[in-house]
Amino acid sequence: MGGKDLISIRDLAREEIEELFELTDKMDKRLASDSKPLKNAVIATLFFEPSTRTRFSFQSAAARLGADVLSLEDISTTSAAKGETFIDTIRTMDGYCDLIVIRHKLEGSARLAADVAERPVVNAGDGGNQHPTQTLIDLYSIRRFKKRIEKTNVCLVGDLKYARTMRSLLYGLGMFGANVTLVSPKGLEMDKAVISEVKSRFSASVSETNAMDFSDCDVLYVCRIQKERFADPYEAEKVQKEFRITGENLKGAKPEMVILHPLPKIDEIAPEVDASPNARYFEQAKFGVPIRMAVIMKLLGKA
Amino acid sequence: MLTVEEIESGTVIDHIRHGKGLRVLEILEIAAEYHSRVALVMNVPSNKMGRKDIVKVEGKLLNEKLMDKIALIAPDATVNLIQNSKVIEKRHVKLHSKLVGVVKCPNPKCITNTENIESVFIVEADKARCAFCERLFKSEELIE
Ligand SMILES: [Zn+2]
Repeated sequence: MGGKDLISIRDLAREEIEELFELTDKMDKRLASDSKPLKNAVIATLFFEPSTRTRFSFQSAAARLGADVLSLEDISTTSAAKGETFIDTIRTMDGYCDLIVIRHKLEGSARLAADVAERPVVNAGDGGNQHPTQTLIDLYSIRRFKKRIEKTNVCLVGDLKYARTMRSLLYGLGMFGANVTLVSPKGLEMDKAVISEVKSRFSASVSETNAMDFSDCDVLYVCRIQKERFADPYEAEKVQKEFRITGENLKGAKPEMVILHPLPKIDEIAPEVDASPNARYFEQAKFGVPIRMAVIMKLLGKA
Repeated sequence: MLTVEEIESGTVIDHIRHGKGLRVLEILEIAAEYHSRVALVMNVPSNKMGRKDIVKVEGKLLNEKLMDKIALIAPDATVNLIQNSKVIEKRHVKLHSKLVGVVKCPNPKCITNTENIESVFIVEADKARCAFCERLFKSEELIE
């Protein structure tokens, strides 16, 4: 990683990500190892906005490496509520630990924290902007399940307009030379500026459709379409139904196609699909721990 | 051409893209109560630009931040500094690759609008990206 922090997928070069994936492979093999390379380290997880899964995943990674964890959840009820500025909270915590993991609903908060803190900062989600470890998990999962990302046909399905996951993933897929098909309902399409940037920066292949045809697809990445995006609840239900992944619309798919999802999922994937060998999202979620172990080790200069 | 009185001391901004002259006055915060002479000439024929706008303001000098703001909407503008009715300095505005504290981020969810810090934008062609929330804006969107 270029700097001392991990704030955005945009800060990373392909080689750095590949290096991180090799380290992740090693971490995955030694999950339960007795050696604790971070025995004297303290990691602070500062969640200004609650996200139990992400916090547990970071804490599990820290614990596997032998580090101690200082955890603050929903800080809005503590120091921030007493009127302390965000910057002061970060400065104070910076003195208590070796690495800061931060989640905050405001966009750019992690970048600001990194500017203020001397310790390395990991962005665990800044509003609708970035969640780089999630993007790394997504890319790593494709690499693990498909052996490579380059030239893999990846379909991104769902709300591509508001889902933070999808924008960053498209960027990462473009960087690795995947062939991307964007499948979304009308009105929830990916921002055109993001598509043209990925195309021009990486000469990536990106196409758009609203047809649920997965016959050429190697990786199907699904995310939720929220009802709140539609003014009309009837329309919302219709769209959710149409873009739902079911046994029926997977019929023409390749038998080895992999289905991924950032979790938690609600009903965008039919229960019968969970049992199919194509569904790999629970394994994908498990990679969160070795990925975050690799990130922590790297940022602390231990790898 | 329409004749406009010369100014004695102040700034003449020439080669403004036509239609942007009014925005330049806004950037300079020229309002009804401004104390000195101000001229806006619109749709002046220009060999280079077809049509252009010109702004003349008595008693106002531009700092770097104002120059950066003008460059966002009028990248071809030239700024003439006038003293004793003479042009003593002529500069082209130049959009810097990094704009610090020049304009506010239009994204209401951006941390720069809540914390007491300077905004930072990285210029990419005719757009600029907030270094904090990473959103990309057309240069014009950055001028309220
Ligand atoms: Zn911003």
